[in-house]
Amino acid sequence: MQIRRIGVALIAAGAMVAGLAACGGGGPTSVLQKAKDEKKLVIGVKYDQPGMGLKKPDGTVEGFDVDVAKYIAGKLGVPESGIEFKEARSANRESFLKQGQVDLVIATYSITDARKPQVTFAGPYYLAHQDSLIRTDDTSITSLETLKGKKVCQVSGSNSWKNIAEGTNKMNQKVDVTLVPAGGYDECIQKLKTNAVDVVTTDDTILAGFAKREGNSVKVAGAPFTDEKYGIGIKKGDIESCNEINKIVAQMWSDGTAAKLLDKHFAGTGLKVETTAPQPAGCS
Amino acid sequence: MDTSTLFDFSPLVQDFDKIIAGFWATIRLTVMSAVLALVLGTVLAAMRVAPTPVLRWAGAAYVNVVRNTPLTLVLILCALGLSDAMQLTFSDEPSTNYYWWAVTGLSAYTAAFVCEALRSGINTVSVGQAEAARAIGLTFTQSLRLVVLPQAFRTVISPLGSILIALTKNTTIVIVGSYIEAAAQMKQMFDDYGGTIPIFLGFAFGYMVLTLPTGFFFGWLAKRMAVAR
Repeated sequence: MQIRRIGVALIAAGAMVAGLAACGGGGPTSVLQKAKDEKKLVIGVKYDQPGMGLKKPDGTVEGFDVDVAKYIAGKLGVPESGIEFKEARSANRESFLKQGQVDLVIATYSITDARKPQVTFAGPYYLAHQDSLIRTDDTSITSLETLKGKKVCQVSGSNSWKNIAEGTNKMNQKVDVTLVPAGGYDECIQKLKTNAVDVVTTDDTILAGFAKREGNSVKVAGAPFTDEKYGIGIKKGDIESCNEINKIVAQMWSDGTAAKLLDKHFAGTGLKVETTAPQPAGCS
Repeated sequence: MDTSTLFDFSPLVQDFDKIIAGFWATIRLTVMSAVLALVLGTVLAAMRVAPTPVLRWAGAAYVNVVRNTPLTLVLILCALGLSDAMQLTFSDEPSTNYYWWAVTGLSAYTAAFVCEALRSGINTVSVGQAEAARAIGLTFTQSLRLVVLPQAFRTVISPLGSILIALTKNTTIVIVGSYIEAAAQMKQMFDDYGGTIPIFLGFAFGYMVLTLPTGFFFGWLAKRMAVAR
């Protein structure tokens, strides 16, 4: 009886391992190939960031990242109807790419050294900067140093606060701030409006989207302190597709599409948009 | 698939001090809320069996409202509503302020369950006991304090243990009340290292270290303190 039970457990464990291994195999080898053969792509975007990637009540998604995704897919020969958008959260972007659940991730995905061993990045297609969202009537915050002693919202599951409190910014400057934790950006903005925090910090593109939604009660401070190179995440090792997408990104900037899309999503938010193409980072 | 990150337990070692700090916050929330919930729950139970209709009505109303409100809403009300919007703060230091608001929310919520467990315990004490207490001239409060409650508490030790375990796990959502404990720390680590199974397993193990002994202790205590009838 005992032996039989162990046997069953072993078979179950074996089946699990086999199942896990099967996740990685099969299908076309590169995104380029899949786009050409199947005319279909699955693209991971954010669903909760107005301006960049936001799912609307009717089920469609909109934002700068979404339009970039449509442009790139179009140039790869995939019609808009062939794109399937999937929600890519910050925590699952790497595993989505590794397991092939998405072909591309275009979701405010900064190219960082920590992520490079796990993901091949095309782009950057935009150079964002970390900035501060403050109350419109707050004139005391004009630069990184003026954040000293302010209450900064610390969003659960995001690292943005570390760039201020632990000094991982362009100026290598550690600023002494009081951190106030919150479950998400919407709670942070609620706290900002009720004076429970003074600063909500993350990429200026995301902040601009929130500022646009909130009307004129909050604004982007315009005191950037990091460079965030937004890349297009591809499964590690797919260099062929990466090079092709880099060409498409360069084209997007040279034919004026990038400027047009930025204007469409961020006009009137006070965001100082980049007007030139970011330096290509190369594929690896 | 790349299995090296799938079974990489090193983040747990690297961030060990942060994990311990997270669980320490969990323990502080649990212990303080448990004590306050026990006190408030006892008062509520006394109200619900009191001879005064107004007290009975107020106790029942509290239990039915709080017990049927999701804890997330209770905590959001405490942090975003009472603390932020209405500026009712315990302290100017955010971590102290939100700690006490989280404790307030957790204990207010848990007290409703303690009250109901205790009331069921009171119902197990035979009516003759209360009648005898009144016959020898004890007042309502005296008979409750000296005769009924001691016996009631001894019969509901097990359910109180379950409530304590539930409370420990309920602390995982206090991030909506702006306080960081172990579960929020876990989410932070998902962002630092990518969402990996080892981090999840490590935290699940941490919660078991807290809750399993609690369960065993209350089981043992219930057996030891059982009222022989």
